[in-house]
Amino acid sequence: MITLTPKEQPEVPLEIDTITPDALAGKTLDEIKNIPIWHGNGQVPLIDFFEVEGEAGATAAETKILIDGDVSQTKRIGQGMTAGEITVKGSVNNYVGAEMEGGLITVEGDAKGWAGQNMKGGELEILGDAGDYVGASYRGDWRGMSGGKITIHGNAKSEIAEYMNGGKLIVKGDVSIMPGIHMNNGVLIIEGNVIARAGGEMAGGTIVIKGIIDEFLAGFEYLGVEKDIEVEGEVIPGAFYKFKGDYAIKGASGIIYAAVAGNAHIAP
Amino acid sequence: MEHIIKNGFVYCPQNGVDGEKMDICIKDGKIVEQVSSDANVIDASGQIVMPGGIDPHTHIAGAKVNVGRMYRPEDSKRDVEAGQSGGRAGSGFSVPSTFMTGQRYAQMGYTTAMEAAMPPLLARHTHEEFHDTPIIDHAAYPLFGNNWFVMEYLKDGDIDGCAAYASWLLKATKGYTIKIVNPGGTEAWAWGGNVHGIHDPTPYFDIESFDIIRGLAEVNEMLGLPHAIHLHCNDLGHPGNFETTLASFDVPKGIKANPQTGSRDAVLYATHVQFHSYGGTSWRDVVSEAPTVADYINKNDHIVFDVGQVTLDETTTMTADGPMEFDLHSLNGLKWANCDVELETGSGLVPFIYAARAPVPALQWAVGMELFLLTKDAAKVCLTTDSPNAGPFTRYPRVISWLMSNKARKDLIDGELHKWAQRKSTIATIDREYSFLEIAQITRSTPAKVLGLSDTKGHLGVGADADVAIYNFNPETQDPSADYRTLESAMQHAAYVFKDGQIVVKDGAVTNPTLRGRSYWVDTSVDETIYNEVVANVEKTFKQFYSVNFANYPVQDEYLPHSAPIKGVMQ
Amino acid sequence: MELVKNVVCPFCGTLCDDIICKVEGDEIVGTINACRIGHSKFVHTEGAMRWKQPQVRDENGELVATTYEEAIERAAQVLAKSKRPLMYGWSCTDCDAQAAGMALAENTKAIVDNTASVCHGPSVLALQDVGYPICTFGEVKNRADVVVYWGCNPMHAHPRHLSRHVFARGFFRERGRSDRTLIVVDPRESDSSKLADIHIQVGYNQDYELLDAMRAAMMGHEILYDEVAGVPKEDIKAVVEVLKKAQFGILFFGMGITHSRGKHRNIDTAIMMVQDLNNFGKFTLIPMRGHYNVTGFNQVATWESGYPYCIDFATGIPRYNPGETGSNDLLQSREADAMMVIASDPGAHFPQKSLRRMAEIPVIAIEPHRTPTTELADVILPPAIVGMETDGTAYRMEGVPIRMRKVVNSDLLSDREILEKLMKRVMEIKTASK
Repeated sequence: MITLTPKEQPEVPLEIDTITPDALAGKTLDEIKNIPIWHGNGQVPLIDFFEVEGEAGATAAETKILIDGDVSQTKRIGQGMTAGEITVKGSVNNYVGAEMEGGLITVEGDAKGWAGQNMKGGELEILGDAGDYVGASYRGDWRGMSGGKITIHGNAKSEIAEYMNGGKLIVKGDVSIMPGIHMNNGVLIIEGNVIARAGGEMAGGTIVIKGIIDEFLAGFEYLGVEKDIEVEGEVIPGAFYKFKGDYAIKGASGIIYAAVAGNAHIAP
Repeated sequence: MEHIIKNGFVYCPQNGVDGEKMDICIKDGKIVEQVSSDANVIDASGQIVMPGGIDPHTHIAGAKVNVGRMYRPEDSKRDVEAGQSGGRAGSGFSVPSTFMTGQRYAQMGYTTAMEAAMPPLLARHTHEEFHDTPIIDHAAYPLFGNNWFVMEYLKDGDIDGCAAYASWLLKATKGYTIKIVNPGGTEAWAWGGNVHGIHDPTPYFDIESFDIIRGLAEVNEMLGLPHAIHLHCNDLGHPGNFETTLASFDVPKGIKANPQTGSRDAVLYATHVQFHSYGGTSWRDVVSEAPTVADYINKNDHIVFDVGQVTLDETTTMTADGPMEFDLHSLNGLKWANCDVELETGSGLVPFIYAARAPVPALQWAVGMELFLLTKDAAKVCLTTDSPNAGPFTRYPRVISWLMSNKARKDLIDGELHKWAQRKSTIATIDREYSFLEIAQITRSTPAKVLGLSDTKGHLGVGADADVAIYNFNPETQDPSADYRTLESAMQHAAYVFKDGQIVVKDGAVTNPTLRGRSYWVDTSVDETIYNEVVANVEKTFKQFYSVNFANYPVQDEYLPHSAPIKGVMQ
Repeated sequence: MELVKNVVCPFCGTLCDDIICKVEGDEIVGTINACRIGHSKFVHTEGAMRWKQPQVRDENGELVATTYEEAIERAAQVLAKSKRPLMYGWSCTDCDAQAAGMALAENTKAIVDNTASVCHGPSVLALQDVGYPICTFGEVKNRADVVVYWGCNPMHAHPRHLSRHVFARGFFRERGRSDRTLIVVDPRESDSSKLADIHIQVGYNQDYELLDAMRAAMMGHEILYDEVAGVPKEDIKAVVEVLKKAQFGILFFGMGITHSRGKHRNIDTAIMMVQDLNNFGKFTLIPMRGHYNVTGFNQVATWESGYPYCIDFATGIPRYNPGETGSNDLLQSREADAMMVIASDPGAHFPQKSLRRMAEIPVIAIEPHRTPTTELADVILPPAIVGMETDGTAYRMEGVPIRMRKVVNSDLLSDREILEKLMKRVMEIKTASK
């Protein structure tokens, strides 16, 4: 286990995509301390902003990283990692777990934007809140998150699961607007409330919303009530309104399950 | 500054040099007979020496190219580079940014490239992008084939008027060539339609593609332009289109080439013919008709063409063939951009993934290869990928490796390439391998000649511009057929590249990124009375139907800091 | 008095190039053809205060007049030291200046961003996801039989727009206005909606909902609810039929949908609707860009770096992510530690939280007039005004490039010259400190 203890975090944020289990595997403590990280428009060694202790594994899968403190000013934690573990005892800035292919990241605090962007595999867990674009795609790319599992225990904001292509995203709290926008495949489960535009322009995939939806899009078709729905082999108990769409998109076959409780106003 | 490149294997088709070990002497930016003992010595032993490469058809500068960059940040993110040696950073895999474009061409040993499609109203944009394109000499082709003035003059049978207008437009846009794209079709697209075949009249203007092609071919020779008409045929990409293609090829036959500069003898330059060589009637029964097309080319001397080879990449299609792009978008569902340009032309863009495992791209790959390999005379073929339509220009070395190595093709055909390539074309039965001389033809001497630039470009004889490429590959000890990956690598990053006698690339890295090349354009003159009449007519039309003032339309001199006009006089 | 013809107006994205300026000596005293807004720029609005000399702020916070050399020295010191400098604005200057700015940004490893960030940025994000089917203005005049203005009020913001494109006679529309159906979509009644044949009063912040229903109807599906966005289902279907039957339709759109709830997704769904309408007739769109050369910056930035705005050069390669690398993102997150403003007025337009950061960090303003931005600036470098005192290229809202004219003389340096001097000095400082 390598333990990174943040020193005073700067106003101009840090980027530590060079500090993943893959990058640390097989390196000595001294080598790790001197890995360059970005601070604004200059590079500095990791040791400038983090105390470094412990031992890396021989492979990425055997390497664990503990970031022992708040890193709200640090971006790109775990970006692109293929195996191993990262635990953060605090909050993180943008891009945590972006493009990750495997392994496990646990953030005990909040995440800012783009958590799990273009994720391919592995598991990302945020115990606090997340920002916009959880599990979303990079600008312009119609191929978004394609695998892996993201769990947000708190709330998230807008455009989560944007252009989702596979994998699973669970938000236990509420979201703002446009969850699952342009979704093509995969599973999005929101246990809390949604303000508006769930599944906007979705072409495929499944969205399950257990909380209250303030407004629902008219481009969907109402298919009636279903009880104890099955999603990817798992049964979700309860009664749900079932919708298909978004028919703004040609040939759309996306499915939205909206809990019956509290959502009578969206059923036609 | 003097240089002497010693002992290299020189390939110079124009002067009949086929791999001879000889010295190349450079002085004051030109190839000379000999240099003094003070000359800088470059030891090119065991290396290939060729004139700088010439790309006669690529999309690298202008309005739709920039839409391609702007609307594909995901393509930009895929390939980024920091600035080197005082040069600038850039990005873009299929549509590189401008600094990167010039640098990557130079790294491959290319020193001249032609922007294939410039909407006249937007010409300023093309020239501004060239300001930021390092090293390469260049020119741009204004679009004529859907132009209201052209269609009206030709419909009226007023060939002199049309020639005067063309002369005016080439000057106003600082253009090089009469470029024709889907003649009549892009005007039909302004109403959401298209034309099919060369005898389908375009709405309102009621003129057939046949007459547009024929008329402009005559105008081209009346003006004595260095290049032939440059034609993108109707029905691009449609199964069964080979018939339209061969009919189009016949249209300018019989017209006599009359360039005032250079030594072009073709009267038709047909572009990205791969996309125009399909048989069958739909995407189910489509087959390659490349053998039929190649046969026509083998039997006819009035035509030179480029292939538009599919490189099996994810890329971005962009063309003035507006309706074709909408059809492509309807087929693959990917993001579609479009720009119709008043009174003149249009354009469209759609990303495209030519996956080797997919049936149609595999067939398209085979069609292009057949065209290269079944055309007997390399003096009729130019290497292009219609960049970025069939693939980015940075793949030219890969295409070269496929041409020189039957093994490379076999590895692909027996490997991941979809079986349609074998089943619907003859590619698996062809084992011809291009020689280095033939590669030098299709990337240097053939384009130079048909572009009318062969006095100073595309060869290493005395008097040529000292644009020279040296590749780290030894034709005596290395086998391009067996070592095709090494070949590709060697041609991707040249050992040395000279531009006008200055070293611009060394060991594959750009050394002089602040250099800028020449902007060629044609400055023709016609009968003054007709010219003035035509200009008066144009000015009147501007007032009524254009959205800019006539006085603000022509490209000002400020836009061509390295202006290289080619003069012509109408008979 | 002299008449200078074919002058290009340096105000809005309509970029009218038929302006005639009345000139006396080195002063423009009147105009012909310009709208009221353009005219006020040419003759300098009453009350506008023009900086005649560069200014720097002293230890007491007072502005002191100085030389270009001094002011550039002060500015260069700031930029050379900054770890996350932001270079914002660009929309009211020419393309050569914008290119000089891109070079400066790359060399100082800064973030460079333009006013699109608070304007049509959402349109850029949308076109990057779904595409961009446009045409040039002349196509509208000559062919359009259905014209839609959605979320904009051209009679106020682009005053000559309607007269040049809708009321004008075109090649195929010889009767001008009477050959066209004008549709305005706006929650309010406006001076533009009063001219419309059809005015759709969409509910505030519900344009996405309305477009979603329109698109489903266009695809042949039933609209789920009897009323969407305050518009009855039957009315929605009726307007969809008008759009489907267009021989040549055009959608002009502005801040009403780029900046209401959903922002770029409103544009995204509108673009896709226009694309799909091409399965019936012919339809295109044009974004109503505000500043006369906001488009130019996006063009220059794109061909030089691959990205249109919000470009982050901190790591030596261009990176792009509006929402993170946008000007307001960087100011509100307090990432930006220095700011250079040119050819724009964020002091007047940015939210309070951003201005609070601007007040904390060094601000360099390249700006002809006294503005809320220059109130926050530590260094003020006054340039000659493009289109009046110096020339250069500008790109109209739909991408047509026109050369701005120099009409009168000025002793001031151009934006481009200021930026080139700035870069030279910054590079000297950086090299010396190595």
